Amino acid sequence: MTATNREAMLAKLAGLDAEHAKAVGGGGQKYVERHHARGKLLPRERIELLVDPGSAFLELSPLAGWGSDFTVGASVVTGIGVVEGVECLITANDPSVKGGASNPWTVKKIFRASQIAEENNLPTISLVESGGADLPTQKEIFIPGGKLFRDLTRASARKQPTVALVFGNSTAGGAYVPGMSDYTVMVKEQAKVFLGGPPLVKMATGEEADDESLGGASMHARISGLADYLAEDELDAIRIGRRIVARLNRRKVQSPMSESVPSFVVPDADVESLLDLIPADLKEPFDPREVIVRLVDGTSPGNARPFDEFKPLYGASLVTGWARIHGRPIGILANAQGVLFSEEAQKATQFIQLANQADTPLLFLHNTTGYMVGAEYEQGGIIKHGAQMINAVSNSTVPHLSVIMGASYGAGNYGMNGRAYDPRFLFTWPSAKSAVMGPAQLAGVLSIVARAATEARGQEYDEKGDSEMRAFVEASVEEQSLPFFLSGMLYDDGVIDPRDTRTVLAICLSVIENAPFTGAGGYGVFRT
Amino acid sequence: MTSTIRRLLVANRGEIARRVFATCRRLGIETVAVHSDADAAMPFVTEADLAVRLPGSAPADTYLRSDLILDAARRTGADAVHPGYGFLSENAGFARAVIEAGLTWVGPAPESIEAMGSKVRAKELMRRAGVPVLEAPRSPTEADLPLVVKASAGGGGRGMRVVRSLADLRGELEAASAEAASAFGDGHVFVEPYVERGRHVEVQVVGHPNGILVLGERDCSIQRRHQKVLEESPAPHLPDATRASLHEAARAAAASIDYRGAGTVEFLYDAATDRFYFLEMNTRLQVEHPVTELVHGVDLVELQLAVAEGHSPDPRTIGETYGHAIEVRLYAEDPAADWQPQSGVLTLVDVPGVDAAFDLLNRPGLRLDSGVQSGSEVSIHYDAMLAKLVAWAPTREHAARRLAAALRGARLHGVTTNRDLLVSVLDHPAFVAGEIGTTFLVDHPFAPPSPAPDAFVAAALALAERDRLARTVQQGVPVAWRNVVSQPQITRFTRSSAQVGTRATAQADDPITVEWYGGRDGYVVDGLTVRATSPTGVTLEADGVATTYDVRITGERVDVDAPSGHVALTVVPRFTDPADAVAGGSLLAPMPGTVVSVAVAKGDDVATGEPVLIIEAMKMQHTVSAPQAGTVTDLSVRPGDQVAAGEVLAVVEEKQ
Repeated sequence: MTATNREAMLAKLAGLDAEHAKAVGGGGQKYVERHHARGKLLPRERIELLVDPGSAFLELSPLAGWGSDFTVGASVVTGIGVVEGVECLITANDPSVKGGASNPWTVKKIFRASQIAEENNLPTISLVESGGADLPTQKEIFIPGGKLFRDLTRASARKQPTVALVFGNSTAGGAYVPGMSDYTVMVKEQAKVFLGGPPLVKMATGEEADDESLGGASMHARISGLADYLAEDELDAIRIGRRIVARLNRRKVQSPMSESVPSFVVPDADVESLLDLIPADLKEPFDPREVIVRLVDGTSPGNARPFDEFKPLYGASLVTGWARIHGRPIGILANAQGVLFSEEAQKATQFIQLANQADTPLLFLHNTTGYMVGAEYEQGGIIKHGAQMINAVSNSTVPHLSVIMGASYGAGNYGMNGRAYDPRFLFTWPSAKSAVMGPAQLAGVLSIVARAATEARGQEYDEKGDSEMRAFVEASVEEQSLPFFLSGMLYDDGVIDPRDTRTVLAICLSVIENAPFTGAGGYGVFRT
Repeated sequence: MTSTIRRLLVANRGEIARRVFATCRRLGIETVAVHSDADAAMPFVTEADLAVRLPGSAPADTYLRSDLILDAARRTGADAVHPGYGFLSENAGFARAVIEAGLTWVGPAPESIEAMGSKVRAKELMRRAGVPVLEAPRSPTEADLPLVVKASAGGGGRGMRVVRSLADLRGELEAASAEAASAFGDGHVFVEPYVERGRHVEVQVVGHPNGILVLGERDCSIQRRHQKVLEESPAPHLPDATRASLHEAARAAAASIDYRGAGTVEFLYDAATDRFYFLEMNTRLQVEHPVTELVHGVDLVELQLAVAEGHSPDPRTIGETYGHAIEVRLYAEDPAADWQPQSGVLTLVDVPGVDAAFDLLNRPGLRLDSGVQSGSEVSIHYDAMLAKLVAWAPTREHAARRLAAALRGARLHGVTTNRDLLVSVLDHPAFVAGEIGTTFLVDHPFAPPSPAPDAFVAAALALAERDRLARTVQQGVPVAWRNVVSQPQITRFTRSSAQVGTRATAQADDPITVEWYGGRDGYVVDGLTVRATSPTGVTLEADGVATTYDVRITGERVDVDAPSGHVALTVVPRFTDPADAVAGGSLLAPMPGTVVSVAVAKGDDVATGEPVLIIEAMKMQHTVSAPQAGTVTDLSVRPGDQVAAGEVLAVVEEKQ
């Protein structure tokens, strides 16, 4: 049984690696080689040089655009890296993919990155080399895309510095990335920043001008002043970028522990065995305490118990409690038996209020099929109680992190802090599934409704058509509820290996400390 | 007449000063050091009870200034002077001045120094005393070749020239004379037959009021550039009769001049014919005296002091003769780069397992006589010898094994040394078999060992661990963790055998690249299992065998020690500020020194390898040549300029 779980998860992880490899592969071998032949680096090579040696890089939305007509990764790399000891939001165009042109998914991915920078008070470093908008899809890019430049300058106004390192083309609208950034570095003989290139200028005014005089790095450094620094080459641009960050004088606003993070130890249980825990078939429940003990700090002198469960005897299908991850306190809500009843909703509401009272970030571990339906539960006020939980989640002001381990269906997705509820970060395991309801149930509901409508009209129901319809709906909902698809839609920040969850959460908790937060107040905690 | 020494000044530096002080401390004699500015922080200065500064650093301004040294003796109330070796140790004028100042001179009479000071006269003296000497042919023919031209006032191999063609003889004589005149102030040279595969065997004598004590012989055949690097006692494979004759000849030599104090009579031994010839007599303590001390259980400095005080050696201070001792001289020099002397800071000096320093051993073991310690600076002004390591064992084979192991285990960081060469000699089958001669290092050229590539991996991982511990954010996150892995982490080094600046040009050596991955499962390196990591040590397993590498990071420099040897690396920084980059074609000073001459002018065209200028450092001249054909576009130094290691001297721009 266990071996089956592991094998199933390993197969899914192999699939994840393959999808990541597509993103890493960029525009394919031919374009990668051509780019290298020009002496230029790929976005991830630039990032590897930019971040501190040996530091972590948490790439965000690597599967953006999955399932669309565009290359997996959406021709841009975004993520959080440490530069000169400062956690920064880094974006890097991938010029091997259609010259780094932005498609609708690129724009969405950069918007998400900007949101993370804003919420977590991070400086932004843009590694720019983009041919502008993907013209065939301009209608989806042009008008919403303006927000990109607005976000840059608003970040600046919020004292979240923006740095642009320009490695190549950054023309037309793209010129406003260096244009709106606080610091701009351009690589000699590579960067090209202008509103209109030679053909457009010729058409507009009849002037004959070359690339260099319109937008060369040297010109911008010496004449227009758009470039603050002229870099000798790509490495030099990255070097200068690091020096800029070193002088930003960043200090974590909220670092309750950055000076004195309590020492911590690895989890009490073997993290590797997470792969055995998660059932291949999500219909089988699993005990989230077994997951929690593999995510949180183990027993040590400063941490007498790894997980102090709150209200363990009440609302047993939701586990709540306190723990630490890398020394940082966290409150955890984790689905146990899948279904949320009134008791679970009320327990969650109380627990979320307690976390706000204690200014403690929250972690939601999803494995829910949603709130319970049925006359008994409706009469018991399940909507009221579910609403309380959604109210608490929505108005909680401590940072939230969500991990979709398994199922995340229906309003349970909302109550457990799904994407629409703006957790600071949301990651998905390869075992996850998320939709309004299970595919079979959804198809069944459609069938029942259709049958009822047909019968109401006094017609005969087409049983064959019904079974075809059910199969089709079931298959397509199944496909659309899978992690790669959801990640492709930017409905999470990435699909992660369960064994990396602790590290991802630790990075997120550290990143969160860059912005101040206080738990919501106004009333005392309502007992439930 | 006897006089008891109470406070002794050592007119020397480094390990010999420490050596003499050690005996003084045992005997209750107070100690006085004199030191140059460059030596102010050396151990011998801090160890002395009193120390007097000799302003300046060049020997001519300091350790060769007898007036300043005598003034130091007067000011410190010293009543005796020990000259050590080198510097003023065989300067009769100095000996006389010491004696005239009313101080006890720890050394032979000035007349004895003079008698042996001229090699020509000394040979004549020996011939008359019946000691075999090499006879120079009056008018040499082809049959007499090869010959050797030597400076009469020379020593330590300096000024020697081997002549293999009669046509060269005149030229070599003139060159040798000119060199001798400038080096020793005495242009006298002489010619001897050159014994091709001779051995250098010398006999230790101590002349005292009641006679001449002979303390066996030493074999000092392993030499480079006529300078000793390894000495042992007794001499291997020496017939008993020959040994006895040698000892007798040495006794006769010393007796012929009524020699007082410690001295060494050097012979050239021709194993092929089992004959020996007098070379010269050194009227001082020798560098290699410890091998005699260990084998004979005698403190030669103590004997020197006793004789200087007017006593004969007390037989009870002389032990039994036992076993075999081998000494190696650790030099700050690069055997792989034409023995170029090295300078810099010795960031770590540690020889595990040493049983004694500057002292006798109760039982076979290891002795270290070192002039330096961790943090000492090796300056360009003096001899590059750092320390002597001596092993004493029941047999020659055991001594060699012990010494090689001790050298391998030694931690010597910061400056390139000849350690690997010494190990290779001790391990060499020919050496082990006792097949030694003065051409040993020519016959068996040194091949520097290539370090195990795993040592580079260890260096990279230790650096990564250092970086991890220095983090200010995300401290607990695995090193180089990636949720999307796109490429390995890369750490680049250059070999710095190759300490900073020994590369003569700005063209970088091919860097060593180590690729590794971090992440959830710790460090991952292709082909290896990483067992343990810390900034100071890394254990790697290859093919089921684990090896632990000791790593020491000092700024950009990384030293890795392992059973396979030591490797010094310099981290290649990820970035270089273009403002700091050295222009291509720049010629850098290989070491600190003085510009002697400049062969080109700005604007000159030069060919590849054409000499551009000459730098003198540590008594040796180094030619800096054009790395490529081109034009001299910059020339920033003039003769007489002092230059630092790595300084840009000139720029040769390649022609387009």
